[in-house]
Amino acid sequence: MTTSPSQNLRFEFALRMGDNALILAQRLGAWCGHAPILEEDIAMANVALDLLGQTKLWLAYAAELEGEGRTADDLAFLRDGRAFRNALLVEQANGDYADTLMRQFLFDAWHLPMLEALQSSSDPRVAEIAQKSVKEAAYHLDRSTDLVIRLGDGSEESRAKMQRALDDLWAFAGELTTPDATDKALAEAGVAPDLADIARRWSAHAEQALADATLTPPKDAAVRKGGKAGLHSEGFGFLLAEMQHLQRAHPGAAW
Amino acid sequence: MIALAVKPSPDEIRRWLEDVPDPEVPAVSIVDLGIVRDIEWRGDTLVVGVTPTYSGCPATAVISIDIVEALRRRGVERVRIETRLSPPWTTAWISDAGREKLRAYGIAPPVEGAPCAGALKPTAPVACPQCGSLRTEEVSRFGSTPCKATWRCADCLEPFDYFKSF
Repeated sequence: MTTSPSQNLRFEFALRMGDNALILAQRLGAWCGHAPILEEDIAMANVALDLLGQTKLWLAYAAELEGEGRTADDLAFLRDGRAFRNALLVEQANGDYADTLMRQFLFDAWHLPMLEALQSSSDPRVAEIAQKSVKEAAYHLDRSTDLVIRLGDGSEESRAKMQRALDDLWAFAGELTTPDATDKALAEAGVAPDLADIARRWSAHAEQALADATLTPPKDAAVRKGGKAGLHSEGFGFLLAEMQHLQRAHPGAAW
Repeated sequence: MIALAVKPSPDEIRRWLEDVPDPEVPAVSIVDLGIVRDIEWRGDTLVVGVTPTYSGCPATAVISIDIVEALRRRGVERVRIETRLSPPWTTAWISDAGREKLRAYGIAPPVEGAPCAGALKPTAPVACPQCGSLRTEEVSRFGSTPCKATWRCADCLEPFDYFKSF
């Protein structure tokens, strides 16, 4: 089946949105039963669940746009690393709780304005998925912002851990708000917003929250990117091995 | 299996679905929750439009199965469940009867403010479903299911689930 350029573009976009949600959900799921306190264990599992639900909506749309008969599950469990389009930020290792929380905060601060803007996408299906997901993202950002401020402006130890996590992860955040050729074409078609607008909203929220948290972002850090083009970090293969093992070892296995 | 002489009306079917409980909060029905969006006959097939509460709610698949089974027991053999994403579900669609059932079950019903992004914190105090006290506080933003948060009452000291305004 041949697809139009516009369909290919939208396929690419649905993969980016879906893969961000899927890979972050997979990382968060690994905390289940291991979080420092019960409330956070439940919170991370619930955030993961929301993201997994959103993944299904995006990847089901991607599969339809592709028109090759693949399903959302096929895309999640049977694609190889180079075909994933998530930003590098979401695949970064869980590290300790500070790393996981900072990764979540940097992602949520992008996810909410992105989904808010996508509610008026020229693609009605994209708009519909964004309308469904946006309230969940607002709740996630509310939680991660609150915790970043409490732990940043907390004890000496919690502050040091949050600052180290920020130093390590800051360089990865820029990929979400730095447009490539696909992002520019999507913005021109009205499917997705101009990422410069999202970058401004992301910065406004992140800078204020980090200032309230007494944390300082690294200066002049180069943006670490590649995930949107399918170039992932070393740990990504291990993540996929765990996530895809069952379907690879037992093709078609179902509950 | 009962053979149906006439097609039951959508209103009648809605009344039947009032007996289908939510799998995770069985005190309320799927109609009380406001997730049954539309019911219509298309030829010999009954189409039921259902909207998910949260996008990842694991009960969604079970709810579809429960609807099909409940309608088969009433003699409706050809049922198709369609997912409606838009407009997105909001707790404002929970019926008054549903809110009362939640409270009686020990879950504080949602306190509706403006149910939109960024306004998820209750705008009015959440009443303890056990003693009615308004001296309550949030313990955790999440709870036993995606739709609930964990709260406690400062008067009767009972912990309770709060069905988040969403």
